[in-house]
Amino acid sequence: MSQHEHDHPHAEIGQSERPGYYDMMETAVRELLIEKGLFEAGEIRRQIEVLDSRTPALGAKVVARAWVDADFRARLLANGRTACEELGISFYDDTQLIVLENTAEVHNLIVCTLCSCYPRPVLGLPPDWYKLKPYRARAVSEPRAVLAEFGTHIPDDVEVRVSDSTALVRYLVLPRRPDGTAGYSEEQLAGLVTRDAMIGVIPVTAGEAGVSR
Amino acid sequence: MSGIVLATGEAPPFRRGDRVRVMTRAPVGHYRVPTYLRGKSAVVERVIEPAAIDNEEEAYGRNAGSKRHYYRIIVPMTSIWPNYAGSARDDLRIEVFETWLERIAS
Repeated sequence: MSQHEHDHPHAEIGQSERPGYYDMMETAVRELLIEKGLFEAGEIRRQIEVLDSRTPALGAKVVARAWVDADFRARLLANGRTACEELGISFYDDTQLIVLENTAEVHNLIVCTLCSCYPRPVLGLPPDWYKLKPYRARAVSEPRAVLAEFGTHIPDDVEVRVSDSTALVRYLVLPRRPDGTAGYSEEQLAGLVTRDAMIGVIPVTAGEAGVSR
Repeated sequence: MSGIVLATGEAPPFRRGDRVRVMTRAPVGHYRVPTYLRGKSAVVERVIEPAAIDNEEEAYGRNAGSKRHYYRIIVPMTSIWPNYAGSARDDLRIEVFETWLERIAS
């Protein structure tokens, strides 16, 4: 089913509804700020390009490097931001990054209960569920139930550690390297690492994500 | 180096392992401390370096002189949620600005 044949009609892409209150507010404020010369339209477009250039593939590279390079891993855990900057990942939003290592004793989960703080420089935009109230409220009050809904069952003797990101610190979970990946290259390992594993809702498992073995 | 006098706020007053309490305040306007943690006791996991501008003041464009430290603190889940379902070892960690923390006797 790889071929998409155009013998059926598509809905026209367009804006048929009236803009909402916040749409109009955003347009008004943006036009006012441009008119006052505080910034130019090109700067907004440029910032969108910055955001679009950040995806979970960057975080996956960071994780894979940490799995194969013990010195890098130590630097990453000591200062997440400067270690990512070594790989060329810039922190345009001037946030700090703490990398949280999952171990046999501790499972980390990240959330922002107040809004949608997220390690955007390394993961890009957060998924919608991360920004919605059910996840934000439940990740701090019943994390084990939330994890179970993702299919992740954490034994009672493992500590669940929830990090609520609220101000200038962002978090990235360093998942455990899956068993049976001893012969994998760094690139193959990066192919296993998913966005959700770096949020902490699932582990990384071997044999996912189309890695050729 | 001896003889260097630090300005107020340059050196963090709390250290790893210190016992602190999140203050119970209800400011009008922008705040960065979730309501569910007000009044809770915690232990400092680490000091976040470098010192940073107070986000709550920054929201109103008031930045001068507001640099203090954030602290990543540890709060047991069972002390936040009376009916918490899970291990007693589970905890919550969060960064809180210095002005929201008070020292408690250990």
